[in-house]
Amino acid sequence: MPVLREKNRIIDQDGIRRALTRIAHEIIERNKGTDNLVLIGIRRRGVPLARRLADNIKEIEGSQVPVGVLDITLYRDDLSTLGYQPIVRQTEVNFSIEGKKVVLVDDVLYTGRTTRAAMDAIMDLGRPQNIQLAALIDRGHRELPIRADYVGKNVPTARLELVEVRLVEFDGVDEVVIMEKT
Amino acid sequence: MYKHKDLLGLKGLAAEELIFLLDTARPMKEVISRPIKKVPTLRGRTVMNLFYENSTRTRGSFELAAKYLSADCVNISSSSSSVAKGESLYDTARTIQAQGADVIVLRHPMAGAPHMLAKAVKAAVINAGDGAHEHPTQALLDLFTVREQRGKIAGLTVTIIGDILHSRVARSNIWGFTTLGAEVRVCGPPTLMPVELTQTGARVFYRIEEALEGADVVMMLRIQAERQQQGLFPGLREYSRLYGLNRERLSLAKPDVLVMHPGPVNRGVELGHDTADGPESVIEEQVTNGVAVRMALLYLLTGGGAHNEADY
Repeated sequence: MPVLREKNRIIDQDGIRRALTRIAHEIIERNKGTDNLVLIGIRRRGVPLARRLADNIKEIEGSQVPVGVLDITLYRDDLSTLGYQPIVRQTEVNFSIEGKKVVLVDDVLYTGRTTRAAMDAIMDLGRPQNIQLAALIDRGHRELPIRADYVGKNVPTARLELVEVRLVEFDGVDEVVIMEKT
Repeated sequence: MYKHKDLLGLKGLAAEELIFLLDTARPMKEVISRPIKKVPTLRGRTVMNLFYENSTRTRGSFELAAKYLSADCVNISSSSSSVAKGESLYDTARTIQAQGADVIVLRHPMAGAPHMLAKAVKAAVINAGDGAHEHPTQALLDLFTVREQRGKIAGLTVTIIGDILHSRVARSNIWGFTTLGAEVRVCGPPTLMPVELTQTGARVFYRIEEALEGADVVMMLRIQAERQQQGLFPGLREYSRLYGLNRERLSLAKPDVLVMHPGPVNRGVELGHDTADGPESVIEEQVTNGVAVRMALLYLLTGGGAHNEADY
């Protein structure tokens, strides 16, 4: 295991809050309200982000948007080459996505492979009207033709670096840091 | 975490390994509750069902589990294969492996057959029942069902009633439930109760009323007519009178008792219609959960099951 060293902190608690407020506004504007809108967080850190976006949207528009939880493990494209099986967790989408506008929420957009897996997983649950993508951080280095509709911050990175999103729900603190392999 | 190449029995597995298997089966159950019951997870993998004994639910369950995960699945039964021409288990298995099987699911009348096979092949071997020894996937689905219904296993009293001597289901369940902290009672005619059983930690009863007193789970075993040729068995009617589960006897257990049966049920022998289809019965739920548990196993055994939270 390479040792990781914290290089610098690129967003603090206020920064995350402001980014999520802006994205909530953009989602409402793009979709002309919240009709037929659902948010689906990708495990793990996309889930609290989706919940916070739903809270923001409720504050702005007054309507509660359904929030689902997606585990994409069963849809990964590297399962046959990995040599181990990653832990599978529960997908909890307790509402129909048929004909809905689905906003996928993830913490970091990188190769695009997670998003590809998530889109396949969504399609197996039903046929949405459209799928949009919200990511707190876009760090580049895409390996698939995928782009985000809503981005908190674009962060140019080197491949050897690691972007770590820390959230109160899992890590006790809200911040985004760049880690460097030493 | 589950780090073994095969699943041969529940004896010797640690509580954490059992819990990990059961935890992995939960998201699998979500998959089979969908309108489209299919995920691409095991594309390109091959599962071979090698059955030297008759089976409908176990074989069908493994086949569905493989197909829901997009693996290819081939069924080979002894009566319609080269086994009937005298090919040995070892040679059959090597042939299957040479054809590219990643997982071999074996049911065999001889205890220990899957263990022999596991050493001979690189493929993962799952014991789907070996003689009167173990039937680990049945016990896992029983554990899953109880855990799902009660939220826990530790501290529960589980009573297993019937022909304990010939029951691989009973043995695997004794190991599984005691490892996870339940009290296991076994009850049956003395001729069908192996003497060494007390060493497993299970308590032995010969009167069904005493065994049922305060039980959280009652597991009725099938009287296996095909294994009753030795004169150890008094006859179906007498057995049913002494060890059959009726409503009056069931009232001795806890009010929220679960009634389970590995199937197929001999109606009118170990269970009556009123207890097989009663509100306490989770027999159909067991069948559904069997598919989920086997999906979890196929998934974990095709990758080694190591724990990793690597970035994706």
